[in-house]
Amino acid sequence: MRTRFQQGLDELREKLLKMGGMAEQAVDRACQAYRDRDLTLCHRVLENESLINAAEREIDGIALDLLAMQQPMAIDLRFILAVVKINADLERVGDQAVNIAERVMDMMELPAAELPVDVPRMASAASAMVQRALESFIEGKAELAQAVLEMDNVVDRMRDEAFISLVRTMNENPAITRQALDALLLARNLERVADHATNIAEDVIFWVRGADVRHSFGAHTTLGGAS
Amino acid sequence: MGVGIEVEGLNAWFGTTQALHDIVMRIAPNHATAIIGPSGCGKSTFVRCLNRMHETLPETRVTGKVRIGDMEVYGNGTPAVQVRRQVGMVFQKPNPFPAMSIYDNVAAGLKLNGFRDRGKLDEIVERSLRMAALWDEVKDALKKKSGASLSGGQQQRLCIARALAVEPDVLLMDEPASALDPISTGKIEDLIFQLKENYTIVIVTHNMQQAARVAEFTGFFLLGRLIEFDKTEKIFTNPSEKRTEDYITGRFG
Repeated sequence: MRTRFQQGLDELREKLLKMGGMAEQAVDRACQAYRDRDLTLCHRVLENESLINAAEREIDGIALDLLAMQQPMAIDLRFILAVVKINADLERVGDQAVNIAERVMDMMELPAAELPVDVPRMASAASAMVQRALESFIEGKAELAQAVLEMDNVVDRMRDEAFISLVRTMNENPAITRQALDALLLARNLERVADHATNIAEDVIFWVRGADVRHSFGAHTTLGGAS
Repeated sequence: MGVGIEVEGLNAWFGTTQALHDIVMRIAPNHATAIIGPSGCGKSTFVRCLNRMHETLPETRVTGKVRIGDMEVYGNGTPAVQVRRQVGMVFQKPNPFPAMSIYDNVAAGLKLNGFRDRGKLDEIVERSLRMAALWDEVKDALKKKSGASLSGGQQQRLCIARALAVEPDVLLMDEPASALDPISTGKIEDLIFQLKENYTIVIVTHNMQQAARVAEFTGFFLLGRLIEFDKTEKIFTNPSEKRTEDYITGRFG
């Protein structure tokens, strides 16, 4: 048993989970700020972004050291590669949370308007995807990750519906075009969060099964030969 | 040109201890195949069975079939000497003949076989040393310097040249770079890569990165059994057998 190597892998896992928690919390806070029109929460999301960025750099550093010093193989190699990619996705989830918070700050400068889009429902779907993708990572279970992939269609559909109804609103009531546009961009940000959760789930499947399921759900290839 | 090797139901013993159990393997011609596994797993015994070196040790026994090209290695009437001429071997520790010059080291196998044409011999020695990527370093002292005066890495390439001089089809390498520094190791690995064009190479190694770098196929041995044999990238990224994964990730035992 390679004790130091195992300690390095454990450290990597622990740091990534901590970062996942921060990214997930950033999205939740940004969405709560939307619901409550809470400027303070928006500022907290912006302030915490630097912590997520610092975590990303730290995780990349640990991963690079392990690759260089320990020459990992097979499942360990796949784990480290998956962590590096999940790390990048979590950082972008953090970026999307910042975008949402900035959008909310913009919306708060405008009069409140009734809009035909259920942002909280979409937010909770996207957030649940991030949460479950991280759960699949914690448990090391490809089945949990597979379920996340299937959830992505739901969020995509919500974004499409939001687009159609918000464009209609802009046509019918030009006075609230700016609010509708903000909501549209917000829906787009949430859809991107869901996409990053999907990437994370794909990386978990890669780690656990050695299978590449990107871009071809249902027709994946296994490392070292097609399956 | 290299030829394929077909191994069927190969068993080997040291006295009453069975070292290999029912090995079945198809080794592709003109490729490098790595044999990996922990100490005592039977990997060296396996390659020594391919050129009948195993039987040179006391109280050993082999059953099963090994076919190298058209030659039945354990067939009735196949002389061991013929097998070893077709299947060259390079060992962990470079073993040049210390009292012989560089030239004579390379020519030794041919001279032993009664080859006397000086001009042709010069040609073969030069070609073998060039193939072993040693010619430029020794060409000015071929008959002046002894094999033992070379560095470890050069000695190992000299041994490779010596093996190539008798024009084998297969080259077996038992940990050929484990006693060498990284630069000499790199030269041996580059050499393996080039030699694949003309020879079938089987390399035993403890260094998994080396197996990954030089071999297209890898077999994992454990307790005298072939646990997994597959394309090298499959073995090192996503092996099918848990025991293979435990070994290559260092979780073995």
